Amino acid sequence: MSNQALPNQEGVVVIENLVKRFDDFVAVDNVSLRVSKGEIFGFLGPNGAGKSTTIRILCGLLAPTSGQATVSGFDVGKQSEQVKRSIGYMSQKFSLYEDLKVEENLDFFCGIYGVPRDRREERKVYALKMAGLESKRDELTGRLAGGWKQRLALGCAILHEPPILFLDEPTSGVDPVARRTFWDLIYDLSEAGQTVFVTTHYMDEAEYCHRTALLYGGRMIAMDTPRALKQALGVHSMEEVFITEIERQEARAK
Amino acid sequence: MNLRRGRAVGRKELLHIVRDSRSLSMALLVPFIMLGLFGYALSLDVNHLPMMIYDQDRTATSRDLVERFRATSYFDVKSSEATYQEIEAAINRNKIVLGIVIPPDYGKKMASGKLAPVQVLLDGSDSNTASIALGYVDSLTSVYSVEQIRGMANQRAGAHAEPIADAQVRILYNEDLKSRNFIVPGLIAVIMTIIASLLTSLTIAREWENGTMEQLLSTPLRPAELLLGKLAAFFLIGVADTVMAVLAGVFLFDVPLKGNLFFLGFTSFVFLFGALSWGIFISAAAKSQLIAYQIGLLSSFLPAFLLSGFIYSIDNMPLPIRVISTFVPARYYVSILEGVFLKGTGFRVLWYEVMWLFLYSSVVFTMAVRKLRTKVA
Repeated sequence: MSNQALPNQEGVVVIENLVKRFDDFVAVDNVSLRVSKGEIFGFLGPNGAGKSTTIRILCGLLAPTSGQATVSGFDVGKQSEQVKRSIGYMSQKFSLYEDLKVEENLDFFCGIYGVPRDRREERKVYALKMAGLESKRDELTGRLAGGWKQRLALGCAILHEPPILFLDEPTSGVDPVARRTFWDLIYDLSEAGQTVFVTTHYMDEAEYCHRTALLYGGRMIAMDTPRALKQALGVHSMEEVFITEIERQEARAK
Repeated sequence: MNLRRGRAVGRKELLHIVRDSRSLSMALLVPFIMLGLFGYALSLDVNHLPMMIYDQDRTATSRDLVERFRATSYFDVKSSEATYQEIEAAINRNKIVLGIVIPPDYGKKMASGKLAPVQVLLDGSDSNTASIALGYVDSLTSVYSVEQIRGMANQRAGAHAEPIADAQVRILYNEDLKSRNFIVPGLIAVIMTIIASLLTSLTIAREWENGTMEQLLSTPLRPAELLLGKLAAFFLIGVADTVMAVLAGVFLFDVPLKGNLFFLGFTSFVFLFGALSWGIFISAAAKSQLIAYQIGLLSSFLPAFLLSGFIYSIDNMPLPIRVISTFVPARYYVSILEGVFLKGTGFRVLWYEVMWLFLYSSVVFTMAVRKLRTKVA
């Protein structure tokens, strides 16, 4: 097993013919795509379309049944250690420790991501500032409102400056204002060169992505910029794109 | 293996423990409650057994025997002028445990140097107490007979009587034959087993239920680091509990601690390591806090209580149970604790038990790491 990354692949995600089967159920069916550095790439699709499964494979949480995927040039099946070091992951469910204070959560993730001691304070301050939590360092995480929790989770996921961020429905259950603030953060990170791979079922969020892939029944049925997707179907919103594409798929299945 | 990641886990885990004041106080109070309950209530010594005597003889000799019963603290003579009916009625009403009937010719037989039996009426429904009581009666009356007969013989033969063979019993270790002295050390083993599983059985299951496990799995943190970090935190509590239990045993219950403290600490360390790993293994296998808690409690408490030799002697168990008991780590720890406390023995005598503890702890630790790893992949 080589520890070497493919050259010039930092921040790049490449998926080729990825398949994930759970017994008889095909969760991801032959998906191929490429995400470039600094891109905000959206995964759109109904529940059970295979969005989360794909992200979990890319994070090294699940092994693919067949196909290939590299994250920052590292093979997700064979180099999961390096993969895990070069990604930040935010799962659907809020997954920080609610009985720990804000700063204690940051300290913990600094520790397990191995952020060097002399960089810790700087990274913590950055994360706190980004999440707007400077005044809430000593607050118990469980007492924070939903939007703040989400931003703290994002802050914890970027402490080690990963080139790639995987966000699995990061804004579910958060109010519209907080969602807007959250997306501002995602833009900032993207501008700083971080690749953001995000799943959502909010149509307005799909509009914010540089490119969006539509998943249905484990297969990718469309992928392009939101503008191109809308133009191709002659519609005005991602919501219409989504509904039209899925109706087509269902008609074809009959 | 990265120590810094393990340390981050340990620190976080300590914070969980400190924040959860209910669990913390439970972890620190349970040893005292259990020591108090068992140490004071669970006594296998039989004292002040209520009894009645029906003295049909009414001679100086029989009255002397009655006085012997009155003099010992094993018995509490309610009446020495009872009748058969009274004794039977009192036994039926649970007023007394036994009655003694001294036959009318008791004094005469004694005087002639013959064996003089007395009748014992015994409530056998609590067979344990009954057999202990019978033993007391037996030794009290036979010692008395021997003394009497020897006295008669001396009188007859002047000062040159043949002494009757007389066993001089010398008890090694626990000279007072106090059951508390072996219950308390054994109890420490039981308490440590329960505490260890209570502390750890929830720890991994909670991470799964709260979704934090998935977050951890996406980081470079390795299963062994997660495990060692958690173990280190629970270890602090476990050590605090052990120290408290030992101190309580020595100062509250006056159990002698004859052995080497270093040896005691070292073996406790090995035992705790295994017991905590077992809890983590269960927690990793169960994934649900409720199931993990129940399995953890059952799989630690029952064997530690029943199969460790803490109260029930393993030698008296049927072979299959004895075989099962060899897989109960508390068994070896109980032997070690009793040895260290009461006999002052160390590694040279107890190496076999120490070896088993070592083996158990390393096997369980490996199992826990494996379980975590398979859940991860």
